Amino acid sequence: MCGIVGLFLKDQTLEPRLGSLLAGMLEVMSDRGPDSAGFAVYGSGDTDHLKLTVRGKNLEDVAQALGGPVQGKLRDSHLVLSFPKGEEKRVRAWLGCERPDIKIIGAGQRIELYKEVGLPADVAKRFDLSGMSGTHGIGHTRMATESAVTTAGAHPFSTGADQCLVHNGSLSNHRSLRRVLEPKGITFETDNDSEVAAGYLSWKLREGATLAEALESSLTDLDGFFTFVVGTESGFAVVRDPISCKPAVMAETDQYVAFGSEYRALVGLPGIENARVFEPEPARVYAWERH
Amino acid sequence: MSVVDLAVTSRRELNIQLHALAPNTNQTHWRVENPNGQHSLAVGLDAPVTVEIAGHAGYYCAGMNKQATVVVEGNAGVGVAENMISGMVHVKGDASQAAGATAHGGLLVIDGDASARCGISMKGVNIVVKGSIGPMSAFMAQSGTLIVLGDAGDALGDSIYEARLFVRGSVKSLGTDCVEKTLREEHKEELRELLNAAGLGDAINVDEFKRYGSSRKLYNFHVDNAAAY
Repeated sequence: MCGIVGLFLKDQTLEPRLGSLLAGMLEVMSDRGPDSAGFAVYGSGDTDHLKLTVRGKNLEDVAQALGGPVQGKLRDSHLVLSFPKGEEKRVRAWLGCERPDIKIIGAGQRIELYKEVGLPADVAKRFDLSGMSGTHGIGHTRMATESAVTTAGAHPFSTGADQCLVHNGSLSNHRSLRRVLEPKGITFETDNDSEVAAGYLSWKLREGATLAEALESSLTDLDGFFTFVVGTESGFAVVRDPISCKPAVMAETDQYVAFGSEYRALVGLPGIENARVFEPEPARVYAWERH
Repeated sequence: MSVVDLAVTSRRELNIQLHALAPNTNQTHWRVENPNGQHSLAVGLDAPVTVEIAGHAGYYCAGMNKQATVVVEGNAGVGVAENMISGMVHVKGDASQAAGATAHGGLLVIDGDASARCGISMKGVNIVVKGSIGPMSAFMAQSGTLIVLGDAGDALGDSIYEARLFVRGSVKSLGTDCVEKTLREEHKEELRELLNAAGLGDAINVDEFKRYGSSRKLYNFHVDNAAAY
């Protein structure tokens, strides 16, 4: 089953409320995915700095041990390290050498990514999603059907800088696709099919495709059931497989574009009663960019 | 008029109240406020009453409906009027997938669009969609009539039996064994009757429709296909 949500703000005055709106959407989707939850938020950041979201145990002293200009913001089992871009190599090398137990789950100028096992409302609370601000965010509630309930199996997946994807469905050709992508330098942390979809889009974006073009080609190259919601530093996009196996509802107003697996997820959004509510068509890419 | 506010009353309580109605009830007009996309609203009704849903409905709204008139003043989720037996369901917005699936009778009117698989396996229901319908609509449709004022998506009427399909706009593609057929006077008469029932009256010119149905080639085993098994 699984539930997915996404919120892309057009109105800057809503940015301080992004986290609380997204938390509300995520909680309603608990019925569709009570096993684990995750979300990515595009918050503050600048072009000179990089943010690295890592998860693991005993993260309290990591930023200090890295020293220099590295700042750390701890939220429960996750730590967001931020530092000047020039430090990236050193930070990654140190983590790999000194703390191989720590997993890097997201990197980019603005993306922060959190995922954990548990009821969506509890997960959102542990990371204080309601207190986060940002321009856009996506979230996922998981009902595991084909692999174990683990944090690693929770969405979103991020396989490129400031890129992330949530997926409702299952892919049939992820094994063969993985063998195509790995020689091209796309690396995977899990055996999850959705991570392969994220990697596929990262590869297309790296080759120069726009987000919309990358999703357009996924309709040809991915086999299986999928509704994807995808975020990039400045973009937000949705696509469904040609037989629209998995549900999707969208709402658009002057203030935002919102996505939910069901309309119920959108009920708490401001001005929803006057929003244009529609069902995205199968095999059609819907994409928005910030200007 | 009986008003049920789903902000304070549970959906299950609403359905229990509606199921308890006697055939000769005086409580014939119900209004459901704050539906907020909840699933299974006004399902399994069996009394000649009118229920207005004041907003968007979730999955399977008015499923298994008998006798009642259910009006959704917004969009309806997956499977609206699924397995309807009689009565009428009127969606004033759009309907999601599988609208009117397997329904045996009654009238389903959708003012907006219906997405994929509208009328899948319909068994006698009449469906009027004022907008367009998505792909794979009327898949394995057995009987009843589907009228579409707009366009139809891919694979309309795939593996259709004896349902009658009328589309005024374009059809992206026809499914296996579904073919265009001649629109005769008796079909125009049926169109007029159903369009009237859907409140469209004479505003629509029935000559603009095309009729589609089964070429009946899948009905019997064909010996030339023996090698395919």
